[in-house]
Amino acid sequence: MIEFVNAGFAYGKAEILHNMNVALPVGSFHFLTGNSGSGKTTFLKLCHGALRPSVGVVKLFGQEIAALSRDDIARMRRKIGVVHQDCQFLDHLNLRENIALPLSVSGQKLEKYQADLNDLLNWVDLAHRADALPAELSGGERQRGALARAVIGGPDLIIADEPTGNIDWDMGQRILTLLVELNKLGKTIVIATHDLNLIRAAKSLVAARVLRLQKGELQLAGAEL
Amino acid sequence: MMGFVRRISAALIGETGADRVVPASGAAAQLTVLVSACIAFLAVFALSLALAAGTLAQSWSTALARTATVRVSAPIDQMQQQLASVSRVLETTPGIASFRTVEDAEKLKLLEPWLGEDLPAAALALPGMIAVTEEGAGPDLEGLLLRLKAEAPAAVWDDHERWRLPLVTSADQLRWVTLLALALIAATFVAIVTLATQSALAANLGVIGTLRLVGATDTYIARAFVRRFTLRAVLGATIGTALCMILLVFLPRAAADSFLPSLRYNGFAWLLPLTIPVIAGVTAFVATRRAAMHNLKTLS
Repeated sequence: MIEFVNAGFAYGKAEILHNMNVALPVGSFHFLTGNSGSGKTTFLKLCHGALRPSVGVVKLFGQEIAALSRDDIARMRRKIGVVHQDCQFLDHLNLRENIALPLSVSGQKLEKYQADLNDLLNWVDLAHRADALPAELSGGERQRGALARAVIGGPDLIIADEPTGNIDWDMGQRILTLLVELNKLGKTIVIATHDLNLIRAAKSLVAARVLRLQKGELQLAGAEL
Repeated sequence: MMGFVRRISAALIGETGADRVVPASGAAAQLTVLVSACIAFLAVFALSLALAAGTLAQSWSTALARTATVRVSAPIDQMQQQLASVSRVLETTPGIASFRTVEDAEKLKLLEPWLGEDLPAAALALPGMIAVTEEGAGPDLEGLLLRLKAEAPAAVWDDHERWRLPLVTSADQLRWVTLLALALIAATFVAIVTLATQSALAANLGVIGTLRLVGATDTYIARAFVRRFTLRAVLGATIGTALCMILLVFLPRAAADSFLPSLRYNGFAWLLPLTIPVIAGVTAFVATRRAAMHNLKTLS
């Protein structure tokens, strides 16, 4: 699914990641941990083609991202669901429209997906908030909405960057449970978090592995929980 | 060509979803309507000026090219004899369609703007004047001048070239200047639409980031901006064109014998300004798309 071969990334002269060698197989569940500034977000951006490696090779779905055009990467991203800590909603669209955004950009007729959209809203327990604007949602509702948006296109890979960063423990557990359910459906999951309690909580739910970053290097490359 | 038309129609009437993803408000988009209206107004006016200058050059060139004047500056007692000699020469010269002696009253009328009314004609030594209209290729000028010199030595042939050419040249230059003004207006429009697009892109970086996150291609993102700016440019240009055309309708018509033409359009020329909103739309489409695609590349 994702493969790093001697990959590194630098912003100008500032080297953020170096000598990354790791493979995340299809259907796996990985936690990415590390201190602030360890390169977690950069690693995730390489995982969904938002950045290209400065050195080495990063392959997504078997394709080297450095060799893909901008449009190819955009189309590849439709197979990847991304959940950010700040959710990145469009403020002028309501929750239903925001969740449907991946369908809109891939040219799907939304009328055909209304039932799926309703199922998804029920799955994340937000059916009653479908017409609310993002500013009217709580932190937990936004995170669940972002997760719904990430999965509506039927992605094979779901990447979450600190998905429980702004929400309480119970809501974090709920998000984790949803991600575990998706993994059981065969989706590959990568979650960046520094919340060790969340990782411990996952132990009883899923066979997850840990990638630990420190100063731009992988300290653990897929250790079992 | 059909592909181009399809792209334009898809950008204008299709993909309303793409349009929705960019917030509707925005000063840049509102200003585009105002600027397009102002620029279309100026373009319609400049076009009218260019057409009027063309008409002017044409009329001065054709009307004056076929006429000449024979001036006879002779003592009063020889005036009639000299005028009669000139008339005889002109009668027998091929290429002269007609000629007539200009009466004193008519000559005084010509002097009125400079010397005022009620001029004492008797006290003024007015030269004799014969107005000549040419036909075909005109007279053999060399032969005509030799004959006039021999039979009416006081006669001077004036084919108006001396003052006709500078007038025609000036009118021509005026036409080129107005066409240049039209080109500058178009360039200004492109620059303003490009800047407005860049400003809108910069103001919507968050929206662009989110769209990319969910798999939008640059073409999809650009389409939202292109559609909005093109429609606003067409709307503004239509308003500006309509306002200027209404203004021109109320301008007085030029009199038939007027020295200067009217700025009003005539006949089918009224259709010309109607092309300006279309041209504005196509120009805005191309400029916005180019600016958007270029900027989206640099925003990666």
